[in-house]
Order: sequence, then C-alpha cells, then structure tokens
Amino acid sequence: MSAPTTPAGSVPDVGAAPPRVVRGGRTSTVGTGALVAVVVALAVLPYLVTSATLTSLVTLFVYVVIAVTWNLLAGYGGMVSVGQQAYIGLGAYGLVVASDIIGIDPFLAVPLAAVVAGLVSIPVSFLAFRLVGGYFAIGTWVIAEVFRLVVVQFREVGAGSGTSLRSLAGTDAGLRIAFTYWCGLIVVVAVVAGTVWLISSRLGIALTAVRDDATAAASNGIDVTRVKRVVFVASAAGAGAAGALLALSSLRVQPDSVFSVQWTAFMVFMVVIGGVGTLEGPLVGALVFFALQETLSDLGSVYLVILGVIAILVVLLAPRGVWGLVDPHRRHGLFPVGHRLATAVTSRKARS
Amino acid sequence: MTLLNAVVQGLLLGGLYALFATGLSLMFGVMRLVNLAHGEVAVLGAFGSLVLGTALGVNPLLSLLVVVPASAALGYLTQRVVLDRTVGPSPLPSLLVTFGLSIVVQNLLLATFTADQRRLDVGALTTASFRAGDLSIGYLPLAVFTTAVALLAGLSLFLARTSLGRIIRATSDDPQAVRLMGVDAKHVYGIAAAIAFATVALAGVVNGIQTNFTPLSGPLLLIIAFEAVIIGGLGNVWGTLLGGVVLGVAQTVGAWIDPAQQILAGHLVFLLVLALRPQGLLPKMAAT
Repeated sequence: MSAPTTPAGSVPDVGAAPPRVVRGGRTSTVGTGALVAVVVALAVLPYLVTSATLTSLVTLFVYVVIAVTWNLLAGYGGMVSVGQQAYIGLGAYGLVVASDIIGIDPFLAVPLAAVVAGLVSIPVSFLAFRLVGGYFAIGTWVIAEVFRLVVVQFREVGAGSGTSLRSLAGTDAGLRIAFTYWCGLIVVVAVVAGTVWLISSRLGIALTAVRDDATAAASNGIDVTRVKRVVFVASAAGAGAAGALLALSSLRVQPDSVFSVQWTAFMVFMVVIGGVGTLEGPLVGALVFFALQETLSDLGSVYLVILGVIAILVVLLAPRGVWGLVDPHRRHGLFPVGHRLATAVTSRKARS
Repeated sequence: MTLLNAVVQGLLLGGLYALFATGLSLMFGVMRLVNLAHGEVAVLGAFGSLVLGTALGVNPLLSLLVVVPASAALGYLTQRVVLDRTVGPSPLPSLLVTFGLSIVVQNLLLATFTADQRRLDVGALTTASFRAGDLSIGYLPLAVFTTAVALLAGLSLFLARTSLGRIIRATSDDPQAVRLMGVDAKHVYGIAAAIAFATVALAGVVNGIQTNFTPLSGPLLLIIAFEAVIIGGLGNVWGTLLGGVVLGVAQTVGAWIDPAQQILAGHLVFLLVLALRPQGLLPKMAAT
C-alpha cells in the first residue's frame, strides 16, 4: 500500500551505489515458484483422486475466484459491493443459455459467460457510480435483485424454479467432472494471474493511489472514474466465470441460489479473514473458508452466526487479517508487485 | 381495485417506508455510516413484539412501549461498543461490521424462530376500513401514515430547534470542532443511533402488523429504506417522506398492473430516479 514508489532519480545521492527500485524479493521468487508447482500438481490430480474430491475442489476454485475479484473491487478499488451475486447469476444463466439454447460447447461457454458478465457491468457501472461508499453497497445490491427479478420472468430458463444444464446430459460423469475441474483450474490461474498483472501494471498503481486518496490521485492526472470502471468490469467478469463454473459443476441453476446475497457474504468473509487489500489474503481466506465449509456447514444457521462473529472480530481486532499477521510490513509477498528501494542500507537490513 | 385506490394505498404505505428510511438517513447524516443491518433492527423489533404477544399476551401496539425504548438502548450500545470502533475515513470497516451483524442477527433469529412466516395480530383493526366514495381506506394504514408524518415533523423540529438537535447537527458538520466546544461526540453518535434504531424498530412492528415477516425479511426492508432515501434526496427529512411515498405508489401501482411485480416496480422507479435525478427529488436544503 505505502511501498515507496519514488523514482530513483529524485532520491538524494548518499554516496554509495545509486539506489534502484526493485519489485518483489526472495519470498516472491520462492512464493511464485511454489504457486506454479501447486498448479502443476493440481493439474495432474484428476488422474489420482476420486470425482467427489474433484467436485469439492471446483467449489474451492469458485471461492478463490470470487474472493480474489471481490478483493480487487473492495480492497484495491475501494468499492464495497454487496451485489456481485448479480454477475454470478448472470454467468450461471449465461452458460446455460449459451450451451443449451444457442448450442455452444459448455466448456467454451465459460469464458463467454465471463465476457457477457463484464459487458453487462459496463452500463451498470454508470448507474452504480452515482452512489459512493455505503450507498454504493446497497445500490449494487438493488441491481442484483433487479437481475434476479428480471431473470425469473423468462419461462425459457425455468422462471422462478430454475433449469438444468441439458447439453452435458448423457456424457460420462467421470470425464465430465475431470474436464470441469480442469476448466476451473484454468479459470483460477487466469483470474489470479490477471489480478497480479493488473495490480502490478500502471493501472494497478493508479488504482492503489485512488483508493488511498482519490483527490490526490486525480490531481496527479489519474482518471479516477475510468480506473474504477476497469476494476468494476474486471471483477464482474471474474464473478461471471465463477457463476459459469457453478452451473457447470452442479448442472443446475436456480435463481434464488445463484443470485443469493450469501455469495457476497462469503466473499466478504474470505477477504476479511485473509487480509483485505493484499493479493495473498483472498487465497488464504478462501482456503480457511473452504476448510470451515467442509467441516462446520452441517451446523446450518449456527455456522453462519459463527462466520459472522469471526468476521466482525477480525475487522475490529485484526483488520489486516491472517496475511497481515504473517507479513505485517508487506515485505514477504508471494507475488512480485510491491516497489522497494534497494539501497545498500536496506539490502543489508534485509539480509540480517 | 381501481388505479386511484392503488395510488392511495401506495401513498399510505409511503409513510411506513419513510419511517424505515429515517434512521438510515440520520445515521449516515451524523456518522457518515451506512448500517447494513438496518433491516435486521426492524425484524428484531417485530420479533420482540411477537415474543411479548405470545408470552404475555401483549397487544402489538402496546408492545411498542417496550420494544421502542429497548431498541433505542440497543442502538446506543451498538454504536458505543461496536460501531464507534469502525468510524474513520474509509467506509470499509463499518460496512464489513454491519454486514457481519446482519448475517449474525438473521441466523440467530432463524435458529430461534425457524423460517416460518409470522404476523403480528391486532384483531379486527387489521382489516377495518371506511369508504370514501370509491376508495376503501384502512384505519390502520391511515393511522400509520399520520404517525409517520407526525414523527418526521417531530424529528425535524427536534433537529432544528432543540439544543440537543443543534448539537447533533453540529457534530454532523464537524466532529472535531464540537469536541473543542466540550461536546462528547461519541455520546452524540450514540444518541443518533438510538433514535435510528427506535424509529426503525417502530416501523418493523407496524410492518409486522400489516404484512408477513420472517427472520430473512431484513434485506428487503434495508433496500426499501435505502431507495426511499435516495429517491427523496440525502439529508432531507421531507425528502425522505416524498421518497417513501413515491416508492410506495410505484409498488402498489406495479402490483395493480401485475401482482407479481410489486417489488420490481419499486426497484425500477428507484433506478430511473438514480439515472435521471441522482441528487434525489428534494436535495438537501441549507437550513435543515
């Protein structure tokens, strides 16, 4: 957040070697390497484990995608949306319409659903951006409700009771689940890599500046609204891909389920637990949430009370989440996105 | 039902919606805080009245004598114990905490009362009505509307004329400056939250008399309150009433066209206002 971004030239010469701005460090080299190894291991998993395991891992992939994209929106963009379920629902229905009604291959329909969700979010952003802060949050929620209420008008997609994905009926279940899993893995890698790229790009720096002080950012020539709109659209596309994955994995869409605000509650929980405004936080949060979901979700409403209480306590007592406790000074990120001044002094400190 | 009748019913419903909206608007105006658990406070009020009715046989209208002060106390405590810790330049912590609170309250109510539809029973008064020409006007909706207008007028006068009202407005304008004048800003925030919780709990009980509710009714009530605030214009008590009425009429006329589209009609009118007149119908005036 506050890593020095001073260009090397403006730093007073201290006599030693000229200071350089470096990105990342040893942990980010190791971290990125480890993540690549994990992805390779995940890619061969369908040859090793049961379909049931793969199906629950697809759920984990959905959690990672929605946590990463909500964090991009709220943690980096400063836009707390309570309406991302609009794009989850749109992605899920988009997949069903594209494959069952239009006849596109269901796996190819996943990126298509993401693109559709992104495109729809562009006009939505013009309405939603008229509201800021808390009112933006409820406004996005209203828009998600409108999406749900409009979708249930269409008998072609089963109106209020939803519909099944028919185009994969009759295919071998084991093969279908393995392909869904690989499709999910590709989406996760694309979303995480895309987010890292976005944050480390010029746009990402502009975004962080806007979040920390929109007025100062604007006075430095940043087009605040444009930057926010790019992030809004990108995270809508990510949520759309997650919705498409859900439909692919469950072979069913129900309006009250895919458009449920509970998705946003899950996103908030994961991002808050992991650490809002960091790249690593949502990954940690999704893993924690997945573990809780697998072990405690049978408790029903009591489980959700526990989640809510944990989230509130984390915001009040450890606002930077688990990752904030692991890496309080943001020195040991898993991704090479920070900027640091590599002077002789700091590199000696880093070594000790 | 005729169209004129639908409009009149919507107008009366608008009073109730304004009552829902007032607390949301007040808390935002004074603390710059949007309480995402606002709807749950209304639902808590309705369940409080339900418990008093089933356990002690108290009439829902009489139960207000307990529910409203209890909600005010809950508001003060919530603000002082929890929400005060989230006040700051970023809206993120308060949104996350109030969203978490809404999930906790919803699921605690679900665990205690199940998801069954509930209704507060006031006997014959529920359906009693009189006829004025072609119109059929319920005594209860009319009483609710009158009460809402009286309460909004009272709140408006309280903020404009009393010493405490002036302190609240001053704290809203500049909490640093009022601290220099010896005002305990956190106490003022607590009072604003108490007023907000009391009015929305009142609205929740009245709503529970007029329609069914469940532990999951909160989000829709929050959305209705929010739409009334935005349609009317931020920080204007009479704008909130106008917003509530516009929303109420939009819903009843929508339901008159197609009973399934009541809520959607309200949302669409809200989006229309947001697109064409984002400052609301009655933007904030300088004096109040």
